[in-house]
Amino acid sequence: MAETLTATNGEVLTAKDFATDQEIRWCPGCGDYSILKQVHTILPQLGLKQEDIVFISGIGCSSRFPYYTETFGMHSIHGRATAVASGLKAARPELSVWIVTGDGDGLSIGGNHTIHLLRRNFDMNILLFNNEIYGLTKGQYSPTSPENKVAKSTPFGSIDHPFNPIALALGADATFVARSMDRDPAHLQNMLLRSYKHHGSSFLEIYQNCNIFNDMAFESYTEKSTKKDEALFMVQGQPLVFGANNEKGIKLDGFKPVIVNLEEGASKNDLWIHDEHDMVKANIISRFFDHVDVEGHLPRPFGVFYQTTRPTYEDMMSQQIAQVITAKGEGKLDKLLAGSETWVIE
Amino acid sequence: MAEQTTITELEEAVIKFAGDSGDGMQLTGTQFTTNAALFGNDLGTFPDFPAEIRAPIGTVAGVSGFQLHFGSKEIFTPGDICDVLVVMNSAALKSNIRNIKKGGIIIANTSGFDAKNLKLANMTSNALEDDSLGNYQVIKMDVTRMTREALTDIQLGMKEKDRCKNMFVLGFLYWMFNREMDNTIKFLTDKFGKKPEVLEANLRVLKAGYSYGDTTETFTTRYKVEKAVMPAGTYRSIMGNQATALGLVAASKKSGLPLFLGSYPITPASDILHDLAKYKSFGVKTFQAEDEIAAITSAIGASFGGSLAVTTTSGPGMALKTEALGLATVLEIPLVIINVQRGGPSTGLPTKTEQADLFQAYYGRNGECPIPIVAAQSPSDCFNAVYEACRISVQHMIPVILLTDGYIANGAEPWRFPKESELEEIKIEFAKPMAEGEKFMPYARDEKLSRPWAIPGTKGLEHRIGGLEKQNITGNISYEPENHEFMVKLREEKVERIANYIPEQKIDSGPAKGKLLVLGWGGTYGALKAAVRELNEEGFDIAHAHLRHMRPFPKNLGEILNNYDKVLIPEINNGQLVKIIRDKYFIDAMAYNKIQGLPFFKSELMDKIREILK
Repeated sequence: MAETLTATNGEVLTAKDFATDQEIRWCPGCGDYSILKQVHTILPQLGLKQEDIVFISGIGCSSRFPYYTETFGMHSIHGRATAVASGLKAARPELSVWIVTGDGDGLSIGGNHTIHLLRRNFDMNILLFNNEIYGLTKGQYSPTSPENKVAKSTPFGSIDHPFNPIALALGADATFVARSMDRDPAHLQNMLLRSYKHHGSSFLEIYQNCNIFNDMAFESYTEKSTKKDEALFMVQGQPLVFGANNEKGIKLDGFKPVIVNLEEGASKNDLWIHDEHDMVKANIISRFFDHVDVEGHLPRPFGVFYQTTRPTYEDMMSQQIAQVITAKGEGKLDKLLAGSETWVIE
Repeated sequence: MAEQTTITELEEAVIKFAGDSGDGMQLTGTQFTTNAALFGNDLGTFPDFPAEIRAPIGTVAGVSGFQLHFGSKEIFTPGDICDVLVVMNSAALKSNIRNIKKGGIIIANTSGFDAKNLKLANMTSNALEDDSLGNYQVIKMDVTRMTREALTDIQLGMKEKDRCKNMFVLGFLYWMFNREMDNTIKFLTDKFGKKPEVLEANLRVLKAGYSYGDTTETFTTRYKVEKAVMPAGTYRSIMGNQATALGLVAASKKSGLPLFLGSYPITPASDILHDLAKYKSFGVKTFQAEDEIAAITSAIGASFGGSLAVTTTSGPGMALKTEALGLATVLEIPLVIINVQRGGPSTGLPTKTEQADLFQAYYGRNGECPIPIVAAQSPSDCFNAVYEACRISVQHMIPVILLTDGYIANGAEPWRFPKESELEEIKIEFAKPMAEGEKFMPYARDEKLSRPWAIPGTKGLEHRIGGLEKQNITGNISYEPENHEFMVKLREEKVERIANYIPEQKIDSGPAKGKLLVLGWGGTYGALKAAVRELNEEGFDIAHAHLRHMRPFPKNLGEILNNYDKVLIPEINNGQLVKIIRDKYFIDAMAYNKIQGLPFFKSELMDKIREILK
């Protein structure tokens, strides 16, 4: 577990301070409740003033999030939360900006803004609630739904190939890429804290169960009986192991990841050691994406895939302005209005 | 000097420089313009470029033009048709032959009329040799050859030498109009100071062009256009997009709000982005977004954060921003949306002008979504118009659309620019922090019906806004049937109340009552004013009024309309303002429309008005 930040401004906030007076309107049993709770739990630990936090969302079930969080917030339009947040962060770099989006909002209608936000590396936290379905419009397949998905708009099964959101984020040169799930509060809190701590765009995919339109989509990774065999928790500097007794491991055979069994003669020393700063390894592990039904599939990784440092857009924007002002002095309006050539009429 | 040369005095003259995109006609035109401005002429200019950056050389598609109208009297437009047409090749003549006066002067570069150039322009016979130009005075000169000859001993490649040929033409015109060349010599020295060979070449060709006029005895007439009588003051030349950018910086300074521009490149609006990107010493933040939608929504984010937030675009981009305009309307936050109109629909005529986005600005959104609209009427007026749009937006907490157009955006005129101290303050106040236990009401309202601008970072003002229908005062989501109707009417009333905070409509020229009112808006100002003034001088009982505020209209507009027997509304579209006026004031306003991607000519407006009053 990553270290917890402690409040530094003297004001002690609790999770309760972040609850609003609005009645929560998610369906009973929705995975969003857990995510809301984990966010409210970690917010008081960030050492931020409540008024310096802003949550921006788009449209979809997850995008109701700002109404339930006592900070500044905007429930914007479909797919554009990332763009609204970019403008806000550019204008006000000192604010802590959080984006709440979903697989439809952030990867379909707003896919373009998501990739551009990541390449620009604004210091913001993108929480992408992935439930592999359109919930608010009552059950159409989404860009992350698996092939053959039978949904309202695909009665004979979907013929769309899904996005792999982690690989997409890496492809867009995101500086922090992680995955967690609604049903593992400790892991989710940890990932939220890591997202916040990262200076740059943090892309956190959160598997979220839609119990109405896509129930059990992630059950292999969340249910006790299968979680240990199907979910691979990446820990920095540690070998990749999973299984009921951590008896299974991942070994790199050249560039090919293979599953080995430590109880059947494989050595722990030969295992892949997770290094979240290694782009090549991040690209390989992001492709552990086969459906659980696929014979010989690899486990689905959770945790931080990749983290690197690159200057943020808003820092460079502010620096460029400061440099110009240092070089030329503050702009004088009268001089600007006069331009380079004037003449006088008597 | 040829002894038989006489000097003819002209009150005004229109010159058009036309050539291939690579011939440097824009530069030649702007140099002559600066010369005329520094001399003290009043003037108006309009560049006319192809949509293609580098269309095939020598073709009609690749012709680039620059028109200048200057005079010793007041000038309101770049001129209908030209007195002098400079053509560097056959294609330039072909595409401009309609735009020259009978008896006008055509200065033709003969090397642009060889077999190859004639073929590229699809001309079957050489107009310079046959008698098709019998109605004009044609001055033929082999600019290419004379340029090369002037540079025989200069160490430059042929291509670079040929690039100087626009200077020959410029020098010749300076001779023809009896001008000093100091400004161009200074310009070239500044531009090519570090390349002495290139500088020397340009200067030599410029002077060669001048001497050619002086020493060749075939030219017997030179022209003189005296200084204009203009209000005393300090002037500069300004293009519309430049003025828009300056107006935004000025509004930022005088409101104390940092300026944020979210924009996506689009013709003919991109120059506003280019200019603002230079003004970093004013703290201006420009964000070249990934698309038009991100451009406006990033501006919405910046506005939420307390910036003077702006997005700039043209018609097709405006279409993409539509949903976000609705969001800004429901959020009730300031936002200035600038549409530099061009010919549509779809990609339409990117480099040509039109006024066909008025309906889009009025009605082009889902739901009941009224947005105030301001229009600019001339290149320099873009400054005043955008300043006013900013003022309304931040003081009334509302998005405002500013309409300019390609014609005034790229046109230039002298501008007696204001001093910072002469500009009216734009007073705004952010919501103040709340004491413990007090509840902030984000949709509480003042007498303008505007709500508080509560920016993140202010203690106790944490609140959530969004595109779902709001309850008044609390800003909570509300699906109540009565509330929705109430909020729709309230947002409409909020727009209407702006009429209490804008000046009354004035008559620009002509009597306060009479036979005919010519009502215009936007970039047609110069042509309408020139036409009405001239007809007033001829004794016609007509007036001209031009709208700055398109929504809401000034409160006295209805009264003004009723003071005339007839109302004529000329527009560069298929009739848009005319329909809005008919609808709102139940008057039988007449439309007069031109939809050719071109501005009105004074002459066609005068003909139309005469016909109506017959």
